[in-house]
Amino acid sequence: MRWIWIDRFVEFRRGKSARAIKNLSFAEEYFADHFHGYPIMPASLMLEGLAQTGGILVGEVNDFREKVVLAIIRQARFEREARPGDRLTYDVEVQHLRDEAAEVRGTVSVGKEKIGDAEILFAHLDQARSQQMFGDHNFVFTGEMKHLLGLARMIADRTEPPSAGSPG
Amino acid sequence: MPNQDEIYTKVSATLVEALNVDEEEIRPTSTLQGDLGAESIDFLDIVFRLEREFGIKIPRGELFPESIFSGDPDFVQDGKVTDQGLAELRERMPFADLSRFEKNPEVSAISDLFTVDMITRYIQGKLAQPNGN
Repeated sequence: MRWIWIDRFVEFRRGKSARAIKNLSFAEEYFADHFHGYPIMPASLMLEGLAQTGGILVGEVNDFREKVVLAIIRQARFEREARPGDRLTYDVEVQHLRDEAAEVRGTVSVGKEKIGDAEILFAHLDQARSQQMFGDHNFVFTGEMKHLLGLARMIADRTEPPSAGSPG
Repeated sequence: MPNQDEIYTKVSATLVEALNVDEEEIRPTSTLQGDLGAESIDFLDIVFRLEREFGIKIPRGELFPESIFSGDPDFVQDGKVTDQGLAELRERMPFADLSRFEKNPEVSAISDLFTVDMITRYIQGKLAQPNGN
C-alpha cells in the first residue's frame, strides 16, 4: 500500500513549522473495518499524518540526507473522531532540532476545531545510532514520499517572506 | 539561582515523565539505565526536557558522552579503562562521581556513572556559568 498519510502541504517554513492537509474519503480501506457501520479514522493514522508532516519538516533541514524516523510519542490526545468527508489540517512546529534528533508538537484540526494533538520525537538514524550500519540509501524519503517533498519545497519558496532589502 | 535540592527535585520530576517511573523509585544514586530502565532514545528525550526545564543548551555529548573511548587502546585495555582513560573521563565528565568506578574500571560499567546525582551536578555547573551556556 502507499504509506502516505498527507495529501498536500499548504504552508512550509523551513526548520520552523508546516501545515499539511489530508482529505478523508469513504473509499479509504480502513473505514470498512473501523468500524463497520461507524466509520472513523484510527487515531494512530492521524498520528502518522502528524509524524509525516513533522518528519518532512525536520528532514528537509538537511536536504533529506538524514534518515528521520519516529522514536517517541510523549503524549497524544484525541478529542473527537475524524469521519469520512472531513478535511484534516496537520499543523506542526519544531521545538528542538539537533543533528541526532528532533522534537515537534502538532495539532490536528477539522476546520477551526482542534480534534487532537501530540508531541513527537524523531531520531536521525545515522547520527543517533552510529554503531549500526544503515547504509547510504535513504529508505525513509523515497518513492511516493519524494513527490510530497518536491511539493513541500515549492510551498516553502512561496511561503518564505521576502528577505529584507529586496524590492516589493 | 536554584540550590542543589531544587535542581534535584526538578531533575527527578523530569525523569519521572521521561522514563515513566514513580517518584519513589528515584534516588540520587539511581543509575539511568540499570535502575530506571532508560534506553538510548530516552537519553535524547531527557536532554530535550532538561534544556527546556532549565533554559540551558546541552551540546551533543556533553552530558552523555557517546563512545567515550572509541576502542582506543590508550584508554581501554582488556575491557578495563586505563589510567589515561580515567584522566580522560575526569576531563570529559567533571560532574561525575568516579570514586566507585575507579576501584574496578570495567568499560561495561561506564553506564553506571549516569546517575540522577550526576545530572544534578551537571545542571548546577551549567547554571553557575556567567553567560549560561
